[in-house]
Order: sequence, then C-alpha cells, then structure tokens
Amino acid sequence: MAEAEESPGDPGTASPRPLMRDLKAVGKKFMHVLYPRKSNTLLRDWDLWGPLILCVTLALMLQRDSVDSEKDGGPQFAEVFVIVWFGAVTITLNSKLLGGNISFFQSLCVLGYCILPLTVAMLICRLVLLADPGPVNFMVRLFVVIVMFAWSIVASTAFLADSQPPNRRALAVYPVFLFYFVISWMILTFTPQ
Amino acid sequence: MASADELTFHEFEEATNLLAETPDAATTSRSDQLTPQGHVAVAVGSGSSYGAEDEVEEESDKAAVLNRIKGSLLPRPGHNFVRHHLRNRPDLYGPFWICATLAFVLAVTGNLTLVLAQRRDPSIHYSPQFHKVTVAGISIYCYAWLVPLALWGFLRWRKGVRERMGPYTFLETVCVYGYSLFVFIPMVVLWLIPVPWLQWLFGALALGLSATGLVFTLWPVVREDTRLVAMVLLSAVVLLHALLAVGCKLYFFQSLPPEKVAPPPQITSLPSNIPLPPTLPQSMAPS
Repeated sequence: MAEAEESPGDPGTASPRPLMRDLKAVGKKFMHVLYPRKSNTLLRDWDLWGPLILCVTLALMLQRDSVDSEKDGGPQFAEVFVIVWFGAVTITLNSKLLGGNISFFQSLCVLGYCILPLTVAMLICRLVLLADPGPVNFMVRLFVVIVMFAWSIVASTAFLADSQPPNRRALAVYPVFLFYFVISWMILTFTPQ
Repeated sequence: MASADELTFHEFEEATNLLAETPDAATTSRSDQLTPQGHVAVAVGSGSSYGAEDEVEEESDKAAVLNRIKGSLLPRPGHNFVRHHLRNRPDLYGPFWICATLAFVLAVTGNLTLVLAQRRDPSIHYSPQFHKVTVAGISIYCYAWLVPLALWGFLRWRKGVRERMGPYTFLETVCVYGYSLFVFIPMVVLWLIPVPWLQWLFGALALGLSATGLVFTLWPVVREDTRLVAMVLLSAVVLLHALLAVGCKLYFFQSLPPEKVAPPPQITSLPSNIPLPPTLPQSMAPS
C-alpha cells in the first residue's frame, strides 16, 4: 500500500501510532468522497483499506435476517464481494485499455471509496425498513438511493474523468454508471424478511 | 464531419471486397477516396490496448461506438456490417459492455416483473432471486463468445471453397454478434408490460431485426459456398439466436407459483414453498 513514509527518527514506535495514522488517512479520504472536489489526494496516496471496510459493511448489511433456501435468497456475502471487486477490476481494465493514465490500484481505490454514499444509503434503508412497510416507505428509500447513486457517480467521475483522453470520456464513464447502478439495485431490492 | 455515410454511399461491393483482402490498401472509387486507416481509432491494437496508435480521428470514439450500434439496429441489404461499419477495425468495447448491460438488464427487469406481479396478486411469494444475475451473465457471455468462435472455425474450415472473399477474423465475428445483441436490451425493457401477446410481438420484432443483421453480414461470405451449406449455416445462426431470446423470456419472465392455494399457475419451473407438484391442478384441492 502506498502509505506515507515512516517519520524519520521514530524507528520503533508503538503500534497504535501507525494505526491512528492509517485511520486518519482513511477518514480523510471519506471526507474527500463526501465533498468531491478536484483534488489529488485520493489518487496520490491510494490505499485499499477503505474500500475493504466499505465492501464488508455493505455485504454484511445486505444479509437477510432469516436463512433462506438457496433459490429464495438475496445476494450472499460472497456474491456482493465478487460483484464489487470484480466489477471494480473490470472497470479499471477498461479504462486502462481506453488509454487512461491512471494506475491500476489508484483506480480501484477511487471506485472503492466512492461506494461510501451507497453504504450510507444502505444504512438509511435499513433504518427506514424498521418502520411500517408501504408505498411511502418505498418512496423514501427510492429517493435516498437515487440521491446517493448520483453522488457516487459524481464523486467518481470527478476523480476518474481527468485521466481519460477527451474523446473517450463517455466510454469510460458508462461502465462506472452500470457498476453503481447494480449496487443501487441490490440496495433498493433489499427486504429483511 | 466526413461521415461514414458519405463514404458508404459511394462504395461498391467490389471495392469493399478488395479492401477485405488487403486491409491496408486504399482504394479509390469514383469520387471519394476510401481511407481505411484514418477512421475509427477504437480498435484492437496489438498487445495491450483497445486503442490503436495515435491516428487522426475523424470522429470521436463515442460517436464511433454509437454509429456501430445504429448500424446493427437497422440492417440494410447492401450494407455489410463488417465492411461498412467496422471497416476492418473491430473493437471489443462494444460487445463486452453490451453483453454486461444485457445481463444486468435481464436480471433487473426479471426482478421488477416479479415485484409488479406481486403487487397485483399478493399471494405470490417475492424473493430477490439474486442467483439469476449469475445465470444471466454466464449465459449471455457464453453465447456471445462461444458461438462466434464456432462460426469462425466453421467458416475457416470451408475457406477452401471460396474464391473471392476471405472469412472474417474472429474479432470481427465477435463484434458482429455483440452489436447484434444490442436490440435485445430495449426488447427486455419492453417486456415489463405484462401483456403476453405484446411480449411475444416485441420478441419477434427484435429477433427479426437482430437475425436479419446477422444474415446480411454473413451472406457475402457464405453465398459462394454450396447452397446446402449456406442454408444450413444461416438457419443454424438464426435458430441459435431465437433460442437465446426464447430462453431469456421463459427463464427470467415466468410467473411463480403462488404460496397458498390460488388459481393454477401457468408456467412453473421453480419449486414452490409448499411440497406440491406444481403442474397438477387437482392436487391443490385439499388445502
């Protein structure tokens, strides 16, 4: 992982310090995703801890309470994991093949971090589902998911679009759209029972 | 822009066939000069890139992909998709992402159909059925890559019989199949309308368009072969395409059996929650 270098003169520090530093780096990137500006922080110091935390959280929240039979089930933990990581790798390969100048792990980092709005949407949906089911419930969830989906797309495009040659930008953005659309669909169709 | 349409209008079939044999040549027709090199740059280069070497791009790559999609939607008898739209520069972006989109759209609309059906009839048991995404993905990708492989292999095997026109390369065949699947995407979305005869009508229309495109593309290659081989090949191509469409309809858009006793189900192949044989209406009497 491309982490910041060890500060000189601190050869054998106690383990909480690097952990706090890593957590702070992850938190800083979360802030960058929530308020997307054209900055290079996500790209320069990439790390994959944030995407891992987000992916595990999302997959855990998408688990249903009761154990269903295979055919009845929503996405299993492994399925969510595979979709997120396999999807991110495919999009990264796509943008490399289209001639983008972003590195493999940087792109994975950006795509992973931009799942944050959708994870927040999942949390909100789970809370809303505790209330009575009905059309209002569904409209609220739909609205939240749509807003967060748009936020994810805007955030990831802000970071990724610059790395593509201008005549291929739309071609590079469409798979990102498809990726977040599938994740949003999984969130929207989640029913706890 | 010096558009593809302007150039295709002036091309004669001879010129395109000559071009097929020597793709790097430039042929001159009456007024315009064909420039096979300088056109689309979304291409399969050697090794590791979608994009070819930096060339003068007469249209943006997004426009190129959209152009190819339009070409597959409206097949015209004289216009061979490979020669007129691909111009010997197949791309993998279109087929790959069209297949991905089709797989996800199938899963999503299948799910939506179930939700809408449950709205109308609350006795139907709803479940997300996420495994259908996996099934959709695998079957679409297998179709779009293995069938062109078989077709390409067969055409190469018959190459000796043909004099004028060489067979298409593997990537061109994959490209043709990939773009021909595009018309299924709106068809699948329209299948949300729960009127059965309308669904079959849309299916037939889309299948007709798609298969026509494939046949027009394959005809110049196959017509120099014996009639029997040509007919068998084209029928096989159309039949496989039809099987794909019908398979999608039946697997993703069937109605589930109701959870409790209800009017007899029409198409049932998923097991219901109650252990009753699903196709015997008499057995529903006791409960």
